[in-house]
Amino acid sequence: MSQFLFGVFPYIASVLAVVITIYEYRRNSFHFSSISSQFLEGRKLFWGSIPWHYGVLTVLLGHLLAFLFPSAYIAFAKVPMRLLILEVISLVCGFMAFLGLVMLFKRRMLDSRINIITTNFDISLLLLLLIQVASGVGVALFYRWGSSWYASAVVPYLRSLWVLDPEISYIANMPFVVKLHVFNSFLIVAIIPFTRLMHFLVAPVHYFWRPYQIVIWNWSRRKIRKADQQ
Amino acid sequence: MDIRAQISMVFHLDKCIGCHTCSIACKNIWTDRKGAEYMWWNNVETKPGTGYPHRWEDQEDYQGGWILNGGEIELKGTGKKRLLKNIFHNSTLPVLDDYYEPWTYTYSDLFDSPQGDDQPVARPYSMVTGEYMDVKAGPNWDDDLGGSELYAKNDVNYDALTSAEREDLHHLQKMVMMYLPRICNHCQNPACLASCPSGAIYKRGEDGVVLINQEKCRAWRMCVTGCPYKKTYYNWQSGKSEKCVLCYPRLEAGEAPACMHSCVGRIRYIGVLLYDKDKIEGIIHQDEKQLIQAQKEAIVDPFDPEVIKAAQDCGVSTHMIESAQKSPVYKWVKEWNLALPLHAEYRTVPMLFYVPPLLPVMGNISHNLYDNNGDQFFTSIDDCRLPIKYLASLFSCGDESLVRDVLKKLMAVRVHRREVTTGDISRSQADDALSQAGITAEEAEAIYKLSSLCTFDQRFVIPASHREEAIEMTKMVLEHKGEVGFGFKEDPERI
Repeated sequence: MSQFLFGVFPYIASVLAVVITIYEYRRNSFHFSSISSQFLEGRKLFWGSIPWHYGVLTVLLGHLLAFLFPSAYIAFAKVPMRLLILEVISLVCGFMAFLGLVMLFKRRMLDSRINIITTNFDISLLLLLLIQVASGVGVALFYRWGSSWYASAVVPYLRSLWVLDPEISYIANMPFVVKLHVFNSFLIVAIIPFTRLMHFLVAPVHYFWRPYQIVIWNWSRRKIRKADQQ
Repeated sequence: MDIRAQISMVFHLDKCIGCHTCSIACKNIWTDRKGAEYMWWNNVETKPGTGYPHRWEDQEDYQGGWILNGGEIELKGTGKKRLLKNIFHNSTLPVLDDYYEPWTYTYSDLFDSPQGDDQPVARPYSMVTGEYMDVKAGPNWDDDLGGSELYAKNDVNYDALTSAEREDLHHLQKMVMMYLPRICNHCQNPACLASCPSGAIYKRGEDGVVLINQEKCRAWRMCVTGCPYKKTYYNWQSGKSEKCVLCYPRLEAGEAPACMHSCVGRIRYIGVLLYDKDKIEGIIHQDEKQLIQAQKEAIVDPFDPEVIKAAQDCGVSTHMIESAQKSPVYKWVKEWNLALPLHAEYRTVPMLFYVPPLLPVMGNISHNLYDNNGDQFFTSIDDCRLPIKYLASLFSCGDESLVRDVLKKLMAVRVHRREVTTGDISRSQADDALSQAGITAEEAEAIYKLSSLCTFDQRFVIPASHREEAIEMTKMVLEHKGEVGFGFKEDPERI
């Protein structure tokens, strides 16, 4: 069972996500949107979206750094003071993300305008994210110094996945809540192409280096004329 | 010189009767859809009034447009610097309630109600939630309510007036209003475009129409904040922003946009302007007082052989140049200097121009007789009911002399025509008025003709768009000779 959950499912989830996302993008990039609902309701969104996004992005950055540079991370966190700071930042951000999600969930369920545009996928996504953040915060609270042991205990498992040689022994004896956190994360990856989560894939990074104004010619006589001359 | 062509518009406000036919024509074609019910790409406002969305001119609140910051131009509320701050929650985004909640009525109740003692009624219900609602706002809720304490008083342009002048506008005998029809200005320095993080908005090279690529829009909704005229709208159903497309499919077929075609007062003119793109950078950095002058200077003379040569080198089609030579917009804006842009101080270089209204002149009642004020026949323009200051706040960044010059000319044309038609004004008086306004009798005649006797083809001079040539960008046409046509093939499916 755990062979499937942690050795096979991550691949199914990732392949599904990548293939369907690429297919959708090429077939119908119209679907790629953050589908913002701020226009219908702005105030409650502020108290949900802001803590959620800043919180979760910080926590994800921590996960990513530990995944990319585990030994440096472990060395860094060896000093108790640093570990404490890391832990406090992650916990605060985790709580922010959690509270933000709760606000978002409440808003989605209770606001009559938001109700109209809420799909089943929206609710499923919110629930999965709630489970994810709750389990993450739970791990941080009950299995202390996660920012240290994550890099030495879970990152090897993730890296073994990455090199296509899954080593589930790293994860097999972990507490339930850790397992839930890991499995659920791949579940979220799997549903990316079906939900509004796609918007992070089209985050507007190129905005920063494009000129402000854009002109598009359907039929640029100048271009074609120049080509003639050359 | 980098000469570009821009399809540009003039609205003659003296002729607008506020019938909203333009809005309805536009609505029927473009925004009669789920998620777009609240959108009015074309709307007509009563001024003084608050407009749609509510107080859209208040940029301290909505943070639209560009500002000059220490000599450098930057977006007021959006842009690269503020993206991270705005993207998760855009604090200056107008929400549905700033526009209005669209509604319809339970018409079927009128037919299906069982027989009873009372007349059945059609109750209003929200087109968003479907719940019954009390209608408390609409897209022209303050229609014809100039002078009202509730609406006119909240007009943002009142800031330009002294409190005594404001009070005056609310006195029964001095009450005044005008109509202000608005569509997208298809600006030369569009703030919506510059605000769009996805790069979905673009200006068409051929004719300057500003469009949103629905495939690329990712609902970051910065364009709605960015546009100071609030002419980009967010479709809450599809999760995409939308705006006036200047009916480009109609333009490409040689037809006038629906709002213009249907205009009952025939206030609308459309035509090509040629402009020097290299000068745009200079315009937007100008001091507020010079903005309009600079904008007009960038519009070049389509008869100048040098301009024609440069335009051809820059890839402007011959049809476009010919069209620019016949353009009614060129006459209003450049030749006669009668049309001014709306709120040029937002620095988007709007390409929709307005001929400010002359409006009824101030009257007085003495001995139970109504009479004009002043000694001239049509009285003096300084006694206009709507203070020139107010018009200047709308159309000339507060520069009263620009508006006064326009009104003087409009008045001179009237005096001149009065002399021609009824003769109760002497020729010398008429000539005086003309020379004071700085126009000749021939010009006055031409202005009169284009104002009052203009035909359809004089109002709408639309160049051939040559979409058939556009295909050469992507396909070798000769290779496809004999096939069943070619074009952009696209999956029409939508969610």
